[in-house]
Amino acid sequence: MAQATATKVGDSAPPLELPDTEGQTHTLPAPGEAPATVVVWTCNHCPYALAWHDRLAQVARDYAPREVRFLAVNSNDAERYPRDSLEAMRERVREEEWPLPYLHDESQQAARDWAAQVTPHVYVLDGDLRVRYEGAPDGDHMDPAQNASWVREALDDLLGGREVSRAESQPVGCSIKWR
Amino acid sequence: MTDEAPKVELLWWEGCPSWERALAVLSEEMSAVGLDPASVEVREVRTDQDAGREGFVGSPTIRVSGRDVQPPDGEPAGLTCRVYRLRDGRISPLPDRADLRDTLANAIEGGGQ
Repeated sequence: MAQATATKVGDSAPPLELPDTEGQTHTLPAPGEAPATVVVWTCNHCPYALAWHDRLAQVARDYAPREVRFLAVNSNDAERYPRDSLEAMRERVREEEWPLPYLHDESQQAARDWAAQVTPHVYVLDGDLRVRYEGAPDGDHMDPAQNASWVREALDDLLGGREVSRAESQPVGCSIKWR
Repeated sequence: MTDEAPKVELLWWEGCPSWERALAVLSEEMSAVGLDPASVEVREVRTDQDAGREGFVGSPTIRVSGRDVQPPDGEPAGLTCRVYRLRDGRISPLPDRADLRDTLANAIEGGGQ
């Protein structure tokens, strides 16, 4: 199936409507929109996504008081990659006490609409849901001290009313597993 | 120690970007223990059938004299990315250098395949 043109900095984010691991539907746009939204494509089986997960989760915790919205999306084909099944996603969320909803893109339509490439692939959106940062969480998946700094910098710029100084980077990770 | 060099294999799949870095690290560690890095057998795994035949549980997979540098814990064969656990507990797409070095050294001590 054909994919959309890649969602790039300055673009309006494609709409989302996906269930989380408990069956609650999350949408983009959403009522009472946030000053910034972070959407990250991730999964359960990729070492890059796993290595960066704690850092991204901490960003979600740290920016919750500033009403930044976070959404994690898993679009991988769970038939070929059972570790990315809805049940496996639910187990992770419960065991690891995720501070953000983990959305299940079973049809893979959201990944196609956004043209997400890898896990993790981070998008930071402004209050008008335009993409202001796209890429990796930070510069080194192996260095926890990097602290997802590129996401934090983008959020700080956005929330401070400034242009995002580092608007994009090359996303690094495992390819989305298409059917 | 015997004169016969151990057989070193690196199996990779295009869905994971880590294999070239893995090959570089493996080459460094082979040099460090006196093995010729050019002797590494590098093989691409393209299909699920290939993965099953090779016993490939993820990319990159590195074997020395047939022994996996971090023996898999029951993972099924398939086209996926390998999740390694470093000695300090971090998750990594590459094995720990120390595991590589120890596996190479043990193979040299025990004789090649």
